[in-house]
Amino acid sequence: MTGASAPVAVTGLGVAAPNGLGAADYWAATRGGKSGIGRITRFDPSGYPAQLAGEIPGFDAAEHLPSRLLPQTDRVTRLALAAADWALADAGVAPESFDPLDMGVVTASHAGGFEFGQGELQKLWARGSQFVSAYQSFAWFYAVNSGQISIRHGMKGPSGVVVSDQAGGLDALAQARRQVRKGTPLIVTGALDASVCPWGWVAQLASGRMSTSAEPTRAYLPFDRDARGYVPGEGGALLVLEPADAARARGARVLGEIAGYGATIDPAPGSGRPSTLRTAIRVALDDAGAAPGDVDVVFADGAGVPELDRTEAEAVSEVFGSGRVAVTVPKSMTGRLYSGAAPLDVACALLAMRAGVIPPTVHTDPCPEYDLDLVLYQARPAELRTALVVARGHGGFNSAMVVRAGE
Amino acid sequence: MTDKEFTLDDLRRILLQAAGADEGTDLGADILDTSFDLLGYESLALLETGACIEREYGISLDDDTLTTDALTPRALIKTVNERLAAARS
Repeated sequence: MTGASAPVAVTGLGVAAPNGLGAADYWAATRGGKSGIGRITRFDPSGYPAQLAGEIPGFDAAEHLPSRLLPQTDRVTRLALAAADWALADAGVAPESFDPLDMGVVTASHAGGFEFGQGELQKLWARGSQFVSAYQSFAWFYAVNSGQISIRHGMKGPSGVVVSDQAGGLDALAQARRQVRKGTPLIVTGALDASVCPWGWVAQLASGRMSTSAEPTRAYLPFDRDARGYVPGEGGALLVLEPADAARARGARVLGEIAGYGATIDPAPGSGRPSTLRTAIRVALDDAGAAPGDVDVVFADGAGVPELDRTEAEAVSEVFGSGRVAVTVPKSMTGRLYSGAAPLDVACALLAMRAGVIPPTVHTDPCPEYDLDLVLYQARPAELRTALVVARGHGGFNSAMVVRAGE
Repeated sequence: MTDKEFTLDDLRRILLQAAGADEGTDLGADILDTSFDLLGYESLALLETGACIEREYGISLDDDTLTTDALTPRALIKTVNERLAAARS
């Protein structure tokens, strides 16, 4: 069944996160409250004001990818190619059994292949233009993950990339759902970002929102009165989307449904008008045909910046009622993964539904003014049918997505 | 630099370094007359391979040497050795 409101199912997950490589490891760590935030090891951070990150340990690209792909890929693309393989395997999909035009790839990206670009800039300055890799032509680019996944699996249907910072992770899933509803039988979608390298680091520092704390348990504290900025991380998740009826017809395990989506842009800073985040949440609920009382848990954006935390807490309280819905920020264990964050939260919501627990927000001592029912310290058992994921991007992007459990 | 001969083993080494090897392609086999296309190298891989040869051997190849003129390892090795000989004389 296709059409504007046809149910779209998630049938596979591929996860690469600082606290777990692969969905099983990630879920075990996340439900157990295990953080992947620590001092940067990928370069010497001692000269920088922010020195913590959520790094993915133990990813050896040569174990996962053919040598042909190594000289032409940034770390983020290697992670994305591995995650796409895992997502397709998890969905039980053999891409060669599909018509190439029946499969697409829609990802989001915050930075593209920054570390690759840094290496080529270093060659340009130190050794001359003839030393710059021909692969720099695409390896840095925002669309590179979509392109490489498309080539690797022969997916020639509707594809592209969305760039809207952290909100992009949900915007990509929404675009993928649109394409499935318009008739494409399978879309690989989601996002990974990874730019823990000096050039990427100075670009991120420019936001002024990064935490300069050196203590991994005190640096990123969403909804805490001592919130002082965020810790960036690397990774994210890719999902396989299919029409729900087709997925069931082929005997696939349906992990859940992308049931609703809403997106808004905030008013210009200094306009005095309030954030439109609450509207994005309401639009997503309406799109899902869900009432606020139907939502069992909110996976908050959790900026870790006081004025942004307040805006989000107010929006959640206004839509759901003060303290009326469970709220969690599992990204307190990974750092903020930019575009990768929200697809990882969607994956986390689906895993939480299956397990019947809400994973915790770690390290935060919540500011009582916000009046949120934050799930703290340890996982909370709960029957979960419907989750809301919120993602906000720098520059005023607000996105919200409603996810429902599979049958 | 310029008294070196460019051999098939040199090309194999540079191909691996510049672009890796396709799954199912054995670069160690007799590939002299197998086209780069069949070996799994697209134009960008060949551009990068050409740039690596130029840097290591201090010669200059035409832009279309690898994409239109020298389509097999044998043809490329011949072209590179002609350039090396010209640089020596």
